[in-house]
Amino acid sequence: MLELDICGRGYERPVLGSIAATIAPGDRICLLGPSGIGKTTLLRAIAGLDSSLPEAAIVRHRPVRIGYLFQEHRLLPWRTLRANIQLVGVSAAEADACLARVGLAPYAGYLPDQLSLGMARRAALARCLAVEPDLLLLDEPFASLDPAMAEELKTLIAGVLDASPEMAMICVTHDGGDARTLANRLWYLDGKPAQLQWDRAMDDPGGLEQLLVKLRNPR
Amino acid sequence: MSTAGAPRRPPVWSYWVVLPVLLLLWLIIARILHTPLLPGPVEVVDTLLREAAAGDLWYHLGATLRRVLLAFFLAMALGSAIGLAMGRSPMANALFDPLLVLLLNLPALVTIILMYVWFGLVESAAVMAVVINKVPSVAVTVREGARSLDYRLEEMATVYGFGRWQRFREVWIPQLFPYLMAATRGGLALIWKIVLVVELLGRSDGVGFQLHMAFQVFDVAGILAYSLSFIVVVQMIELVILQPLERRSGRWRQPEQAHA
Repeated sequence: MLELDICGRGYERPVLGSIAATIAPGDRICLLGPSGIGKTTLLRAIAGLDSSLPEAAIVRHRPVRIGYLFQEHRLLPWRTLRANIQLVGVSAAEADACLARVGLAPYAGYLPDQLSLGMARRAALARCLAVEPDLLLLDEPFASLDPAMAEELKTLIAGVLDASPEMAMICVTHDGGDARTLANRLWYLDGKPAQLQWDRAMDDPGGLEQLLVKLRNPR
Repeated sequence: MSTAGAPRRPPVWSYWVVLPVLLLLWLIIARILHTPLLPGPVEVVDTLLREAAAGDLWYHLGATLRRVLLAFFLAMALGSAIGLAMGRSPMANALFDPLLVLLLNLPALVTIILMYVWFGLVESAAVMAVVINKVPSVAVTVREGARSLDYRLEEMATVYGFGRWQRFREVWIPQLFPYLMAATRGGLALIWKIVLVVELLGRSDGVGFQLHMAFQVFDVAGILAYSLSFIVVVQMIELVILQPLERRSGRWRQPEQAHA
């Protein structure tokens, strides 16, 4: 579906080194790595937000619809949740349906700043779903949520993935537990410039455990 | 949060105290001096009513208001476009910034005289002179707004494939709104003053022309009557159009409910 062939970014000190990988439908990737190593940079590159990357760095074998759950909700604060979701090109009824999927049906008329952090993130997830993405990009979706809320959102995302087996996902996280619930493949990004030092299936024996040890004791 | 960001307005009572006191002072001084060079409030109101009854007031107010609005919309459109381009593109900024410095420091009178000399005493020259005076400050204000556009919302708009117009309307305009309002406020106040000078120098109608006529015969009551009437017009625009617009567009900043 999508091929990455990134050989450093065009700045003086590239954040990303050479990264080559393929993403296929149904891939559920958890992207781990020390903080500040460039995980978000990689995610942005995949989403096409890095204008310094050459065209050939990301090869799409077919048009890929992307749903991007940013760290902040990035909903327009002057529009209601329903209107925010409609802006990606769906009808009001479809927007309401997406909100219902994340349990926010009663809040369709609310402004984003009237919601709690967890609710706003769910609303942003509803917007991701509205584009019926082929590839779901999640940037630390559970960060700064209290454990109960994080668990709820995790269940929600797992449910979304179960419902669409073709959907691919890349989830940036620090937590091996997220990987156990959501992933079938692991990426580990490390080094300066950052490279994909691991690209393994989740059922690779001992893979995750080794990775977690590595995460706890970076180099 | 309730007052943060919003311009801090003095309490309403201050207008109801300070203005009557000024009026009273004026009345007293005019009585004491007793000269036609300082008519009292009563004479001024008399003149105002007479001019209104004769229809002159409406004719000249209308002419001035027409010029003010025309110049205002042209200056806002042109200034916003230039400011937006300057805020978004370093190239546009490099091209226009020296020009702005030049124009910002050019006295309004010079532009007016040059326009009249080059294009004759015609309506388009008059309006153009006002527009040229106003465009730079609108551009500077809007440039600040364009520079402060949130890149995070830009990225969101890119990922979700917002069209050009959609991005402009949904993402940019709400963020630029406070800057546009600031430009509007300053714009109206400045423009109507320049329009009066333009009318005084080269038009045969409008409040500025009437002031000119009154000046010729030292008709101070007429001067004050026309000035006051236009102050009222500008305040009406502020109260009836600008403030409601600002309240309506600022609603999202102050959610009625607390966090759900």
